[in-house]
Amino acid sequence: MTSIDVSSSMRSTTPIVGSQAGTAGNLDEKVSVRGVDFYYGDNRALKSISVPLYDRRVTAFIGPSGCGKSTLLRILNRIYDLYPNQRAEGEVLLDGENILNPGQDLNLLRARVGMVFQKPTPFPMSIYENIAFGIRLYESLSKADLDGRVESALKRAALWNEVKDKLSQNGLSLSGGQQQRLCIARTVAVRPEVILLDEPCSALDPISTAKIEELIDELKSDYTIAIVTHNMQQAARVSDRTAFMYLGELVEFDTTSKMFTSPVDQRTQDYITGRFG
Amino acid sequence: MSQRRLPVVDIAMGDAPAATSAPPDRSGVLVRLRLTNATFRGLTFGASITVLIILSGVIIALVEGSLPALRHFGFGFLVSERWNPVTENFGALAPIYGTLVTSIIAMVIAVPFGLLIAVFLTELCPPWLRRPIGIAIELLAGIPSIIYGIWGLFIFAPFLQRTLQPALIDLFGPIPVLSNLFAGPPYGIGILTAGLILAIMVLPFITSISRDVFDAVPPVLKEAAYGLGCTTWEVVRHVVIPFARVGVTGGVMLGLGRALGETMAVTFVIGNAHRISASVLAPGTTISASIANEFTEALGDLYTSSLVLLGLILFVITFIVLAIARYLLMRIERRIG
Repeated sequence: MTSIDVSSSMRSTTPIVGSQAGTAGNLDEKVSVRGVDFYYGDNRALKSISVPLYDRRVTAFIGPSGCGKSTLLRILNRIYDLYPNQRAEGEVLLDGENILNPGQDLNLLRARVGMVFQKPTPFPMSIYENIAFGIRLYESLSKADLDGRVESALKRAALWNEVKDKLSQNGLSLSGGQQQRLCIARTVAVRPEVILLDEPCSALDPISTAKIEELIDELKSDYTIAIVTHNMQQAARVSDRTAFMYLGELVEFDTTSKMFTSPVDQRTQDYITGRFG
Repeated sequence: MSQRRLPVVDIAMGDAPAATSAPPDRSGVLVRLRLTNATFRGLTFGASITVLIILSGVIIALVEGSLPALRHFGFGFLVSERWNPVTENFGALAPIYGTLVTSIIAMVIAVPFGLLIAVFLTELCPPWLRRPIGIAIELLAGIPSIIYGIWGLFIFAPFLQRTLQPALIDLFGPIPVLSNLFAGPPYGIGILTAGLILAIMVLPFITSISRDVFDAVPPVLKEAAYGLGCTTWEVVRHVVIPFARVGVTGGVMLGLGRALGETMAVTFVIGNAHRISASVLAPGTTISASIANEFTEALGDLYTSSLVLLGLILFVITFIVLAIARYLLMRIERRIG
């Protein structure tokens, strides 16, 4: 049915990592995924994935549904650990330390690696508290300092002007797009080093999407960002590097411009031109 | 089976001619269908209306039965502590007090316990332990109250008499206000014992409803909280409980409804004394225990009527509690959608 020859291309398990992938200046690998396998019970969902996330760069993960891109993201802050029959094997280095180590402090890891989900997830509390809550977990600040942090986080997420007069209202009273920006503000407020965005715009209208894309562009000057998206234009707009995944494998990884103009693998080519997926 | 696969379109619109005989006469069938449907409607309506009839019958009987006592004592019945069958002088204050106090004791103990169990089951419990504890909770709810009563009288009350009650008396004896609350000889039976038994009896209600509402918290919301670096305690405290607050309150109210009306187990262990004591170790009575104990020996219309009036009061209290519970449950349903 698809226009590509699946049987032959599936045999290649070594991903194509473009020659330019690591060039263009002195790039530090903030996160290095090395030979990671992931299992849901006995089902192997990721097959020896290796991919770097460069410091202060946006890396987009694209691929058809079920290819494992969200799964990969969920490894990076070990949120999968909440579920008893999910496990990851291999190495994920954050600043050179393997976070898959059993001794890794998960709360600390998640404070360093923030995550924004597909659906907005405001907590059942006021807008102010939604932001302050995360800050208070790790820092004890005076009221004035806390106010300042909440304000700067909301400004960072381009939400301040819309909510500054109703900070005591419930976070659920905001619109979907506002809720998602609230969640980004909440993540930023904790001052993480890496931000994971799991299809952050899939539930949003085009205007809210544009706002969040602008936001990602601004945030990347301070944070290492990984974004999973189904929207190829979005990947092309916001990212510096793009990884294409298919059936649990990393097919190709390169600079975004290279990936969208002259991909090496036939499957990448077919996917970005919309011939399957 | 032919090897050649026919295109779908050929099967659907085969060129074999469709049956073109005259349409059958359907009027007879229609009449029959209409009749079955009407019968079905009638049966469902009848069954539902029966509930209303029974309920109004109960209310009318209660009101009618309590009229003599109401006329004789008026609203003084509610605030009088006297209960003298010989002089036919009755007041409901002691049973009302006992009912409320035993229920409050039960709630104070069962609510935190139930919440702790529910949190453990939904957030912390290893999967292999989840089922055994869940089943145990349901079995606890299935034990008939008469068994709680016998167990309470022969085992639990003597046990308390030897252990908890002397300890409480010694512990709070030197403290001014609390020494009154825990005064007197350790009878074993009494208000506190009844409250403890009730706590055990309502625990399964509170636990299973709390567990259900905790389970209804969207996993992604919990993931978001864990994703910020929250510990399990912080997730439960700041996300799960606030989200489930209204539903848990509904569960507590249903438990309270049960505690207020529970008869058999309480009658066994409360001591059945028509008096209000400051001490929770002293014997007392509840509305349902008074009725169960005295109905067979109630001679004279006023005595009987006073007991019926007690029943009416209990009915009203329970109705108010259940109405609040319904209202709270309605609110959470609207919110979860």
